[in-house]
Amino acid sequence: MLGEGILKGLAVTARNFFGSYVSKQRLTTLQYPEERSPQIEAARSFPFLVFDGTDAEQGLRCVSCHICEKECPPKCILIKKSTDKKPDAVGKMQFYPAVFDIDISVCMSCQICVEVCPFDAIKMDVVYDLSTHDRFGGLLLDKQQLAKSNEYYRQIHPTEAATVDAARAVERAKVAAKAKAAAEAAAARAVAAAAASTAGGETK
Amino acid sequence: MSTTTYPTITLSPKPDESEVQLLEVSMGPQHPSTHGVFRMDVTMEGESVVKLKPVFGYLHRNHEKIAEQETYLGSMPYTDRLDYLCSLTNNWGYALAVEKLAGIAVPERAEYLRVIVGEMTRLQNHALLVGFLMQDMGSSGTPLMYAFREREKLLDLFEALTGARMMCNYMRFGGCRVDLPAGWLDQAKKVIAGFPKFLDEYEALLAGNEILMARTQGVGVLSKELAVSAGITGPMLRASGVNYDIRKVDKYSIYDRFSFRVPLGDHGDVYDRYMIRLLEMRETVKILQQAMEQIPEGPIMDPKTKVRNFRPKAGEAYGRIESPKGELGFYLVSDGSPVPYRYRVRPPSLVNLTVLEEMCLGHNVADVVVILGSVDIVLGEVDR
Amino acid sequence: MNLETIKAEIEANVPGCRLQLVTNASPCAQHSLLLDAEHAVSVATYLRDAAGLRFDFCSNVTGIDWPQREVSEKVKVKKLVDGVETEVDEVKKTIVPGYLEAVYHLFSMELKHGPVTLRMCTQDRETQVHLPSLMYVWRSADLQEREIWDLYGIIFDGHHDLRRLLMWEGFVDHPMRRDYVDPDDFEYEPTAHDDVLRRAQLHAAETGGQ
Repeated sequence: MLGEGILKGLAVTARNFFGSYVSKQRLTTLQYPEERSPQIEAARSFPFLVFDGTDAEQGLRCVSCHICEKECPPKCILIKKSTDKKPDAVGKMQFYPAVFDIDISVCMSCQICVEVCPFDAIKMDVVYDLSTHDRFGGLLLDKQQLAKSNEYYRQIHPTEAATVDAARAVERAKVAAKAKAAAEAAAARAVAAAAASTAGGETK
Repeated sequence: MSTTTYPTITLSPKPDESEVQLLEVSMGPQHPSTHGVFRMDVTMEGESVVKLKPVFGYLHRNHEKIAEQETYLGSMPYTDRLDYLCSLTNNWGYALAVEKLAGIAVPERAEYLRVIVGEMTRLQNHALLVGFLMQDMGSSGTPLMYAFREREKLLDLFEALTGARMMCNYMRFGGCRVDLPAGWLDQAKKVIAGFPKFLDEYEALLAGNEILMARTQGVGVLSKELAVSAGITGPMLRASGVNYDIRKVDKYSIYDRFSFRVPLGDHGDVYDRYMIRLLEMRETVKILQQAMEQIPEGPIMDPKTKVRNFRPKAGEAYGRIESPKGELGFYLVSDGSPVPYRYRVRPPSLVNLTVLEEMCLGHNVADVVVILGSVDIVLGEVDR
Repeated sequence: MNLETIKAEIEANVPGCRLQLVTNASPCAQHSLLLDAEHAVSVATYLRDAAGLRFDFCSNVTGIDWPQREVSEKVKVKKLVDGVETEVDEVKKTIVPGYLEAVYHLFSMELKHGPVTLRMCTQDRETQVHLPSLMYVWRSADLQEREIWDLYGIIFDGHHDLRRLLMWEGFVDHPMRRDYVDPDDFEYEPTAHDDVLRRAQLHAAETGGQ
């Protein structure tokens, strides 16, 4: 009969329409912004700088090595190295960034800066509702706006943060063990030197 | 020497202008059905098309010149944005070309991951295309949204794996960037298991629909000889009856381990192109089920390839894959420095548009929209 | 798919053609054949129609720009040093003239083999930039040769409609050439460094610190 195909199609549409009242499968609309889609852990929006502890200036992991600036494809990162040094997580004196700007109107969210950073200092955030009235300066994020704590990083990417924390703990343990061994060796040498000098003093 | 005669170029014949009044209309660049910023200068005699000149370049972003200044890795996120709907297959094509250039081997688990995400990309691209083809014919969004419902499930899987729904930046030279998170494979198996049901529903909705058949059968016929000569590839070529699927011809990656068929069309019209895509979705589901069963454990990156300061030796290579739109090829010329000397993308959508005028001559203007929809272009790829 | 046998076959069947095998140093070993402009169309037609070859699918047509470059090499020269003729190492500089190149990648849809790469070079980059068009051999070269004209400036003789493809009508230069200078239109350059910073500062100085 002519029109049979159209009737079959209308049956499918009707099934979907009435079905949307009974099954969640067929009603996929979310009432944003009251309802949001569940946050997927691996999602990425724009980069942020990680700091350990509570002080954004002191605990900042970035040592201003400029690797992310060089590898960034659209060149949206600007870093200026500081002139003095501050101690990092294992106590070594490192430079830090005096200026760290990312222009998120240029950033492609490609995550290459995260991949190449040797210090786990820059990671991807998940916040996507960023808007501003200032077209040119408002999307240029500076160091203060970019720095977020490691606690926040653990909240948004739990498995990734756990891996990073474990690796950094291993690093710290290695450095501490080396320092302890060096201190013990120095103490042993001091004891030996003292014993030698007292022995020498006695014989004199 | 064969006796096949190759078609001459059918320049649209100049009609006698004293008798009939021709109307020249510019369709685009802002047009709801031109699949992007694409313009066609259509000359019509009444309703039927007498001449059609496509105008390109509205989305030209000089991707090839940017790639001459970025490192090889830095171009990878830009390849996402070529055919912006199928970013993972673009990444794959580029990674394959660089691996050919530098002679890098890819571990087995990485190959399986590439096949899985590449075929999922094919699924979501074809689902999108059949939805948009219906939309172009005036179905005001309902079949489109049914297709998008399934596509969203695949995009959520991409987000869980790569971090982004569309601009995935997932492949690297020598493997993939990150391994599957916990529970991803089970979720993916569930989604793929539900796909045939969606395809059955979609076919029930439309394949027997009289309006669809009247509007697409016999419209935009492309002959076999013209298709081969014009370098058409992908589902459009197979709809014209030529059995050329790069997955079967080149056997790149590990496609020779999977059993799947290649659907071919008889008439080369829009209806064939539409049905080919539905059938290809079914074959893709088969490949995915096999790949997700067989995926082994192991490393996902070649350990010898450097991420920073990657310098392939001087030489050149042409690597190609069967992307959902056709043959996506990358031609790279290296002079030993960290940036390529010449980087060329062979865009399937641009080459498939060579015969747009031939297919549209004699048809009505409404058919032009349908024929353009069946070519499956994405302007990011046409203009780069 | 031995390129040497193909070359021998073409030379036997297309009289007068001058072919050169260009080796490719990369592991994929995709060597190419350099054609001369006079016999390019006959060679291409032979490749398309010959029974064992049947390269009916021209997949990719692209251009490459090779600007003029200076090659320096050390040579031993006999020179008079303090009255004694000795062999001295001298650096000899030769100027390799620049040229443009068109590269074609061919496959066979019938016999499912390939790729075969063909190349054609122009004589220089300024005036002698004509090459024969292969679009009547393979229709797929139509739009791609137009793109090469647009972006590189190679004029394809015999093309039915050689207009710009990606750039707009009335655009003057050829953007993909290595010596193309893109126009300074810096509106706002927030994270400028290196070369971009220098040009943005020059631009700001010229436009009065905008």
